[in-house]
Amino acid sequence: MSSNIADYVRTTLVRRGRWGIGEILFWLIAASTLYFLPERHLILNEIAIIGLFALSLDLILGYAGIVSLGHAAFFGLGAYAAGILAKYGFADPLLGLVIAAIAAAILGFATSFLVLRGSDLTKLMVTLGVALVLGEVANQASWLTGGADGLQGISMGPILGLFEFDIFGTTAYAYSLAVTFLLFILARRIVVSPFGLSLRSIRDNPLRARAVGIPVNRRLVAVYTLAAAYAGVAGALLAQTTQFVSLDVLAFHRSADVMLVLVIGGVGYLYGGLIGAIVFKVLQDVISAWTPQYWQFWIGLILVIIVLAGRERLTERVRTLWKGMAGRTTKSNEPLPATSAREI
Amino acid sequence: MAIALETKGLVKRFGGLQATDNVSFKLEQGARHALIGPNGAGKTTFINLLTGVLKPTSGQIFLEGQEITGLRSELRVQRGLARTFQINQLFPAMTPLETIGLAVSERLGGGRDWWRVTGRKHEIVDEIVEVAQRFRLMDVLDERTSNLAYGKQRLLEIAVAFACRPRVLLLDEPAAGVPEAERHELLATVAALPRDVSVLLIEHDMDLVFSFADRISVLVNGALFTEGTVEEVSTDPRVRAVYLGESVDE
Repeated sequence: MSSNIADYVRTTLVRRGRWGIGEILFWLIAASTLYFLPERHLILNEIAIIGLFALSLDLILGYAGIVSLGHAAFFGLGAYAAGILAKYGFADPLLGLVIAAIAAAILGFATSFLVLRGSDLTKLMVTLGVALVLGEVANQASWLTGGADGLQGISMGPILGLFEFDIFGTTAYAYSLAVTFLLFILARRIVVSPFGLSLRSIRDNPLRARAVGIPVNRRLVAVYTLAAAYAGVAGALLAQTTQFVSLDVLAFHRSADVMLVLVIGGVGYLYGGLIGAIVFKVLQDVISAWTPQYWQFWIGLILVIIVLAGRERLTERVRTLWKGMAGRTTKSNEPLPATSAREI
Repeated sequence: MAIALETKGLVKRFGGLQATDNVSFKLEQGARHALIGPNGAGKTTFINLLTGVLKPTSGQIFLEGQEITGLRSELRVQRGLARTFQINQLFPAMTPLETIGLAVSERLGGGRDWWRVTGRKHEIVDEIVEVAQRFRLMDVLDERTSNLAYGKQRLLEIAVAFACRPRVLLLDEPAAGVPEAERHELLATVAALPRDVSVLLIEHDMDLVFSFADRISVLVNGALFTEGTVEEVSTDPRVRAVYLGESVDE
């Protein structure tokens, strides 16, 4: 009897780590676009990159409850690191990704101690401030970054020495998608681990997390550093696949956009960033084709409507559908907290 | 008898207010000790000093003979000093299973494990089962904590602290707000706590204090007023005066 109970406990705990059918379908469809949508690879590449960027924000916002309006600092640093590296002859893309990740992680680690203090408002201001400072540094250091003209003269070598980048963006998209997928698997693994569980507990109630013996600050530093590295990789992917870096990678709208993307897709279940990136880019693409001058007006309006009127219900509907597809047994009609993040 | 938890000359001042006034207190190994006192006597401040939420102005705290005065609160938990909260401090979006699992895996050093899926380790699973059965949470293990009945949440509150395998357990009004129907279950689990855990109970409810504790300390205006067996304290006219005076004022 007691071994039955132990089995029940084990399977219930391990259940979170299982892949649902919906998830497998999601990635199969993503991979199939490599063949089925050859003329859309440039925008799909952008979607994969923004998706990874939003995934990195989800790691800190959705799993640790840290709000940030300056996540572009890490994205931009990663982009410049990879771009400058390639410009000065280190053309191997994977090397660039690793260096970019390390650079962003160092910045993340250093600034995490500022972000740990204070309220949500303080966090927003501190993260925003860090990104602004970095943007101005990049602007001033034009000898290194190209300043307002952008970093030009990047030429990337073939990936793994085999796959050259092409003008249709097919290699680029395959590359970004593969990197995003691998980092997604890692993130997914992390959030169902005991470490990930402790992050969720900190998000829910830091006071109690401490009373359970969790070194709260250390865990937050760890996840903030990790998320920074992820954002750095996303930035590096953009630099490498477009072979250009401008000050735009550090701009405020990058940080704001990625927050919007995550909010559209839903916080705290890792797919939110990816789904949000698809919705955001497709909306942007469709509207700007329809009305090139006023697309920002429409996208702003749509975002306000989504967030005010339907986001909770929208994501909940998707989630219910998702759970149905994945055949999960978790209850779906739970009341959801209006402000805090949720988990799957 | 060995001393589980001891304070020497503990003082906490908030500006001009002396919230804890030179408290020298001993909790014996395996004790069932109650700390009572009128509202505003400084019971919560005292708990916060013990657990490291607040730093004392002066004085020392010892856990099983080792000084912990300057230790961060999570390290005190790891040394075996756990607490429950007067107002539930749970993880609303997590299940009791995950909550207990978290406490167990943290104690076994699993919190740094970012690769294995939670629940892959046998010793963690076995302990979760043991704690869940002890606190009668088996039937709600996979429910969302925010959806649990209040009595169950109260049980979980104690279960999480117990899952930290404390040598000393501080119970802060464990039965507060629990409806009469669920009260019995809660008191039974508190009474059944193993004797190798020393318990300090902070309580208003005299029935619970008299049925549970074998020693009582009375805190008044931040200072230890008196201490003794249940018999001594309950018949002490000065305690009655302090208490009755307070209740009449309320």
